[in-house]
Amino acid sequence: MEEYKYVGKPVDRLDEKEKVTGAAKYVDDIDFGPNLLYTEIIESPHPHALIKSIDTSEAEKVEGVVKIVTGKDFPYKFGLYMKDRYIFAQDRVRFVGEQVAAVIARDPKTALKVAKLVKVVYEPIPAVFDPIGALKEDAPVVHPDLGNYPHVPWFFPKGGTNVAHHTKVRKGNVEKGFKEADFVFEDTYRIPRYAHCCMETHIAVGLLDYSGRLTVWASSQSPYTQRNLFADALAPLGFSHKDIRVIAPYVGGGFGGKAGVTMEVIAAALATAVKGNPVKVMWRRDQEFYNTYMRQQVISKIKVGVKNDGTITAFEITNYWDAGPYVEYGANVVNASGLSATGPYRIPNVKIDSYCIYTNLPAAGPYRGFGYSEMLFSVESHMTRIAKAIGMDSVEFRRKNGIKEGDSVAYGAPMNPNGLLEAIDKVAKEIDWGKKETSNDSGKAIGKGFAIFWKAPAMPPNVSSTAFIKFNEDGSLNIIVSGMEIGQGYLTAMAQIAAEILTVPPEKIRVELPDTDRNPYHWQTVASHVTWANGNAVKRAALQIRDRIFEVVHEVYHYDKDTLYLEDEKVKCRLHHSFELLLKDFVIGGIQTENGTYRGGAIVGSGSFMPEFTSAVQDPETAQGGHPNVHYTVGAAAVKIEIDKQTGKVRILKAVEALDAGKAINPMNIKHQIYGGLLQGFATALYEDMRFDENGKILNPNFTDYKIPTSLDIPDEVVPIIVEVPQPDGPFGARGIGEHPMIPAAPIIANAVEDALGIRIKSMPITAEKIAMAILNGKKEVDEFLMIMKK
Amino acid sequence: MNKISFILNGEKRNVYVEPNDLLLDVLREKLGIKSPKYGCGRGDCGLCTILLNGKSVRTCLILAIEADGQEMLTVEGLSKDKLTPLQESFIRHNSFQCGFCAPGIIMTATEFLEKNPNPAEEEVKEAISGNLCRCTGYTPIIEAILDVKKK
Repeated sequence: MEEYKYVGKPVDRLDEKEKVTGAAKYVDDIDFGPNLLYTEIIESPHPHALIKSIDTSEAEKVEGVVKIVTGKDFPYKFGLYMKDRYIFAQDRVRFVGEQVAAVIARDPKTALKVAKLVKVVYEPIPAVFDPIGALKEDAPVVHPDLGNYPHVPWFFPKGGTNVAHHTKVRKGNVEKGFKEADFVFEDTYRIPRYAHCCMETHIAVGLLDYSGRLTVWASSQSPYTQRNLFADALAPLGFSHKDIRVIAPYVGGGFGGKAGVTMEVIAAALATAVKGNPVKVMWRRDQEFYNTYMRQQVISKIKVGVKNDGTITAFEITNYWDAGPYVEYGANVVNASGLSATGPYRIPNVKIDSYCIYTNLPAAGPYRGFGYSEMLFSVESHMTRIAKAIGMDSVEFRRKNGIKEGDSVAYGAPMNPNGLLEAIDKVAKEIDWGKKETSNDSGKAIGKGFAIFWKAPAMPPNVSSTAFIKFNEDGSLNIIVSGMEIGQGYLTAMAQIAAEILTVPPEKIRVELPDTDRNPYHWQTVASHVTWANGNAVKRAALQIRDRIFEVVHEVYHYDKDTLYLEDEKVKCRLHHSFELLLKDFVIGGIQTENGTYRGGAIVGSGSFMPEFTSAVQDPETAQGGHPNVHYTVGAAAVKIEIDKQTGKVRILKAVEALDAGKAINPMNIKHQIYGGLLQGFATALYEDMRFDENGKILNPNFTDYKIPTSLDIPDEVVPIIVEVPQPDGPFGARGIGEHPMIPAAPIIANAVEDALGIRIKSMPITAEKIAMAILNGKKEVDEFLMIMKK
Repeated sequence: MNKISFILNGEKRNVYVEPNDLLLDVLREKLGIKSPKYGCGRGDCGLCTILLNGKSVRTCLILAIEADGQEMLTVEGLSKDKLTPLQESFIRHNSFQCGFCAPGIIMTATEFLEKNPNPAEEEVKEAISGNLCRCTGYTPIIEAILDVKKK
């Protein structure tokens, strides 16, 4: 493999000093001046109700109130994939917490006080919380007008029902496959909702200036997509894209929760109601739980047939996703994970049904893993159980059936080059797979669990990514892009890619955060695709600059361009060893010729990248015929746990995770993603436990009752492993890994619990309480599901 | 409005506050000190931690008037001239990702290392267990705090 100077090295993060000195600015750290207005949202107390009347007269009389707006002021829908939501509820609310009106005031205390004076009269109507119940004929219909909603062509909503989308995959003949099997096994798994819990809550500040320009500062993964959605939602007000500007400073965590658009559209809309004044909308921690996205609940029915030698002959799965009342992003989670629901296995006969179902729980959508973190709990629990049932080692089972390059995936496209088998072998070795360990303490049991995983970026087939690069007078560089640094190390990776080509060290490169007025287009920072897509754009921009440099040098010195190369920030020539020209001496002011005139001038570069082999055109009955995914990133993971048999508490003694990064642009940042992503996943597996009352109201929207991990909850040991089977179309062979560390966390815990105690827990989370009660009651299988508390 | 006076990052400052103003809001909105962040408003997350007379406090849980006559230190105060060895160690270890928890963790760890300059790993974990971070899995943060004593 080619040796690089900056790519593949643990280059220090470009943003670390700003973050450690308090210099890093997040949206709420920007000073918007004394004209800044504050808002308070009036929220629905009902899960499903008709709005009969809204009386704002008393509230409007209070001094300091600037304006009160309701759905009547903004009868506009918005949505990235499916337009099923209004900026403010119109005649109907569909979940507890939905925005009905907003008070805009000069100070936050007045806004809070006055919100209580807005009188809304509701007529509650029957609600539905269970996704399977929502499919019944007599279930309350959440969107009576569903049949008329605009949506992307690869969604298939069923008007008059609660089915917002249904992905069907049919490959081979699944009935024949089950007949060929020696053993067929089916079961049901349940995965509840979870919250992203970004440390920074959602915030957006909107300003419509007196000239009619709309600027929105947002904590966002998606500045360009938001601009597009603001222009679309507010189209009746006549905005051109050029007159809308989205500025995204540092973001205090994303994890998918700040993808697409949610509450940001409120700030954009409110700004149009109070021209000349910036208006801030910022969620409190409880609002952050119920009015952005949550992760979707899924009930997963799975049936797999295998031969006695372990060969999988058929795979059938039906996933029922509870997307809440507004599914536009959730439906794409359902679609993407539906296409890939087999997990990374080679299976000839497949039947997948993935339903996106409207309910009256809060809106749900993408969360790190985009459906794969959810559904692979069922797939990878089930595969381990099948291997055990036929007496096969579960790692051997995965080696035998693991997908290889060129194998066809469920929708018929060929699998990309990948290091799945290498990942399996390295993880098995590191965890000492096959060596049974016992605790010296008879009150404790030790178990090991193993899983494999994959994930492809879920995107429209034609998403674009671009980059500008410019030189400064001292030869340093500014890279201007619109991907988002959400903590993953994106800025540093882009600098390393440009550094490698231009030989300018990363510490002399600044990568600018997005501002849609001056940074070029990038779709969104989602899907673990920025290193790949924007990395390609940055690489192209750097190559364009290099070409321009050689052209200018050639013009003045007449050396053949093919003999020129860059080294240590200088242009050199293979044929004229004494020649060298410092970049900083000509990249702005050009090169002086013999007659005193100059050639060249300030050098800039641009690059654009869009995959040209992807297509979402496919048979809606089988999903065959398209090429919806650019590639999969694969990996394997294992854990060794110790369980206290009295309390059920799980201690993670060792966790191992291997990812195939194609080429690790920055191995340090990949290791850091593994530390963070695995812990985030372990929390969903073990103790994050969202509860709703029987009325669909979340009961624990805070960190006292919804426990996220602290420093005392980390595994005793984590071993990150990087595998590198290059992605042919990736920058230096790289593919994305940001979401992947979280994906296998839940099934490896479930599999380890069974290994330790012989108890199979089929519903997440696998709390200490569930384990202890199962031990106490002598149960071998647990499917107790507590997300909605009964009266 | 009541006038309160205090030492903030080594400088005598005064400000007018309402009796029910939170210290976090006054620091951010009236004094331009933006490193303490809002995260939960109820003392769960530690994002708004500063040092009050050398002791870490959650500024979302105390009233601004309680700072009258006291001495406060925030990350801005640590960063004025050269950085502290702890900050340098965090930079060396590339400890933070989104960085939103960094100011709170830095202040908590500053107080901790003052009292316990030679800590064991378990003590470090215990010390920062009241500061939530969603990105890092804590490992690079713990390593950086442990590394301060070595340098």
